[in-house]
Amino acid sequence: MLFAILLGFAFSLFLVFAGKFFKGNFSILAAGIPLALFVYFSQFIGRISNGEVITEFHSWIPSFGVNLGFTLDGLSLLFSLMITGIGFLVFVYTSAYMKNHKYLDRFYGYLSMFMAAMLGLVLSDNLISLFVFWELTSISSFFLIGFNNTSRKSRKSAIISLAVTGIGGLSLLVGSLFLGSITGTYSITEMLSMNPEIFSNPYYILIVLLIFGAAFTKSAQFPFHFWLPGAMKAPTPVSTYLHSATMVKAGIYLLMRLTPVLGDHEFWNTTLIIVGAITMVYSAIHTLFRTDLKGILAYSTIAALGILVFLIGQGTKEALTAAAVFIIVHALYKATLFLVTGIIDHQAGTRDTTVLRGLRKVLFPVAIAGFLAALSSAGIPPTIGFIGKELTYESTFHLENMAVLFMALIIITKILLLYAGFVAGIKPFAGALPDRFVKTRMPSPLLWVPPVLLAVAGIVFGIFPGLIEGSLVKPLVSSMRLNGEEIHLKIFHGFNIILLLSVITIAAGTILYFIIKPTKKLEIWIGKFEKFSPQTLITNGWTFFYKFSNIWTNIFQNGYLRNYVSTIMVFTIVLIGYTFFTTATYSVDFNTFSPITVYEAVTSIVMLIAIGYTVFTRSRLAAVAAMGIIGYAICILFVIYSAPDLAMTQFSIDTLTVILFVLVLYKLPKYLKLSDYKMRIKDGVLSLAFGTIITLLILEVLAEPKNSAVSDYYAENAYILAHGKNVVNVILVDFRGADTMIEISVLAIAAIGVFALLKLRLKKSDQR
Amino acid sequence: MKTIILRTASTYLLPVLLMFSIFILLRGHYSPGGGFVGGLIASIAFVLHSFARGLDNTKELLRMHPGFLMPIGLALAFMAGVTPVLFFDLPFMTGLWYPGHLPVLGSLGTALFFDLGVYLVVVGVTLTIIFTISESA
Repeated sequence: MLFAILLGFAFSLFLVFAGKFFKGNFSILAAGIPLALFVYFSQFIGRISNGEVITEFHSWIPSFGVNLGFTLDGLSLLFSLMITGIGFLVFVYTSAYMKNHKYLDRFYGYLSMFMAAMLGLVLSDNLISLFVFWELTSISSFFLIGFNNTSRKSRKSAIISLAVTGIGGLSLLVGSLFLGSITGTYSITEMLSMNPEIFSNPYYILIVLLIFGAAFTKSAQFPFHFWLPGAMKAPTPVSTYLHSATMVKAGIYLLMRLTPVLGDHEFWNTTLIIVGAITMVYSAIHTLFRTDLKGILAYSTIAALGILVFLIGQGTKEALTAAAVFIIVHALYKATLFLVTGIIDHQAGTRDTTVLRGLRKVLFPVAIAGFLAALSSAGIPPTIGFIGKELTYESTFHLENMAVLFMALIIITKILLLYAGFVAGIKPFAGALPDRFVKTRMPSPLLWVPPVLLAVAGIVFGIFPGLIEGSLVKPLVSSMRLNGEEIHLKIFHGFNIILLLSVITIAAGTILYFIIKPTKKLEIWIGKFEKFSPQTLITNGWTFFYKFSNIWTNIFQNGYLRNYVSTIMVFTIVLIGYTFFTTATYSVDFNTFSPITVYEAVTSIVMLIAIGYTVFTRSRLAAVAAMGIIGYAICILFVIYSAPDLAMTQFSIDTLTVILFVLVLYKLPKYLKLSDYKMRIKDGVLSLAFGTIITLLILEVLAEPKNSAVSDYYAENAYILAHGKNVVNVILVDFRGADTMIEISVLAIAAIGVFALLKLRLKKSDQR
Repeated sequence: MKTIILRTASTYLLPVLLMFSIFILLRGHYSPGGGFVGGLIASIAFVLHSFARGLDNTKELLRMHPGFLMPIGLALAFMAGVTPVLFFDLPFMTGLWYPGHLPVLGSLGTALFFDLGVYLVVVGVTLTIIFTISESA
């Protein structure tokens, strides 16, 4: 499975070199990757439906419990099939939709990176690796939303969605760390048996809130939903793939995956039900006010995600079955509608519902796909949408508290979603064809076949629900530690109240569709409430934060090195001085010190003279040279106290520092008296105080009892474990090698920074 | 500073200093020395050369921009760390050692390659900074 995940990353890396090949007529070949993966995951269907769970394990950082463990069970199988299956269709669609685009190779690179990250996310058993893949999906989504990087709006949308989902990612990390420290493992499978411990832990509520923070931001729940409509700036294949079928379901996936670990608690259930209910009603109402097809679909996607959260919150077997079916339903019809919208946009040149009409005459197969998807979204038999809706009603009907209220809310949502589905799937094709669209051409089959396939699948699964019952739904419910054996999907449940409610929903929605016509007026009217929307509040918060940090930075980062140094010194003096005042013992035993040797005395005198010279000289060059002498004197002290490694390094560093200084001095004006008498006294007092504090600190450290366990360990094991006799070097390259690794990276970054700063010669037009 | 003495001396000093720096690098595991100091000494050698003969001559001698040594060094150090993970299923940065004893080097292991990476990065960083500054001066 590891290789299945890495394949996508490898392909996007490969595109860096072979991008040209995939930009032209061969771009469809890229679709081979998701197809191969789809076939690979399909072969597990049989084994998974027999109740098997396939696992794979690679150790990564075992000392922290961070490993690459992968689990393929009912839940991850469904998601993997969705990711690769819809991925395949989207890849095919893209090859025609973005034909001859300048950066098509880049687009495929991001898409396959996303696909790989998403697969990693749903297959990970380890919370930390899940987090890594989670972040990778956010990052690839950022690149895809901002794909039209010349447009300011799409750049802004990309940053907003990255910020929102990124904060969620951090919350997931913190939540995972909490869970890990309570249970002692990061493996979700191992956590399953530790429910009682997690429930009784005082931090349970906090953990759940953190996990919710991740799921709600990713799955666009109220009040974090606003990034999703913005993300519609991305090219349509992206909206189809990431922002309706797969990535936004990552939050849903996380909630389902953790239901057996954290769920079945009052706080979990209530919060999810309430948030889900608010989200679904709020955004379903919003669909009424949109005229852009993609805008309508974005809000109806949020509503669908709300329904899923609502169902997961109920937590019963019926509800989770309904959620499982609804995930399939939604992926099928919403992807179809997005692809249809893309075709309309591509061929007719607009997505405005107020002008689109009668396109069935020119885009007949597309109209069929749109029509079938609209039926499925409306939950009209014999589509699979009908089954999904029945199950949803059924489980809500059996809620223990306030069933009537929630029943009403879900019915309202479903009515509005029916309206949204009709507007997106039927309205553009109904009625008479206006003159402006007469010349619209049928697109290439690569564009229209994928949506038709998806839409037909929705009907086939509806007529033969047995196709998904045993293979996908039952294993999924079982993977959440519920008995999935008794589930039986069927299209007709007999004449009961649920069926009556269904009929009411369909009738009301259809009437709504014929009464309300989306107009610009309504859209402008709802725009007035923008001031109070969560998006405005949060972006205003960002603006405030930005201004504040600007002011704060300007106070401390004022560009004068001398101010930085004195600020640091004052803080150190105050902090250490305060601690000394309160805690120090002031007992220094001078008898334990070894007698002063001649070498030490001479070196110190040289150093003192050099310091005096540095301070009082009138030549800059002389000051630098004198500083160099101080450095060398320190080297000699190191040699005397037997630290040859340190001495050697210090010696070379000092030499280079003097050279650097000289090079920089070359550019400075002649030595001027920049500081007046008062300032010099102030600086002198500060330096002396700092020196005194440090001296006191060192004397205090000497008085402390010495703990040499660590240094003894290094000294003893340097040769045994690392084959080295020079302990200092062994520490640098072996014991603490990772530190050195990071240090040299920092060095390299610093050098690049210096290079960039000095070499940057902006053109006049770019200077600001 | 282009005195005839320094110029003549630099011709001989450069190889000597470079060899010395490699000597320091290699002996690091048993006695004082190592990649960091070695790298600094090597950079001093080049800086001295550039003082005596001019920056352009040194650059010509190097053939490539010293900045390229940074990614090479980083990659080498990283490979030394990641080799045990990839091929031996051991944790990151586990030292691997050649079992026998080699005449000059003593024992050979991933640590030496790591140190060589440090050496290259230090040379790259120091020379990039100093060359850039002296060019703009």
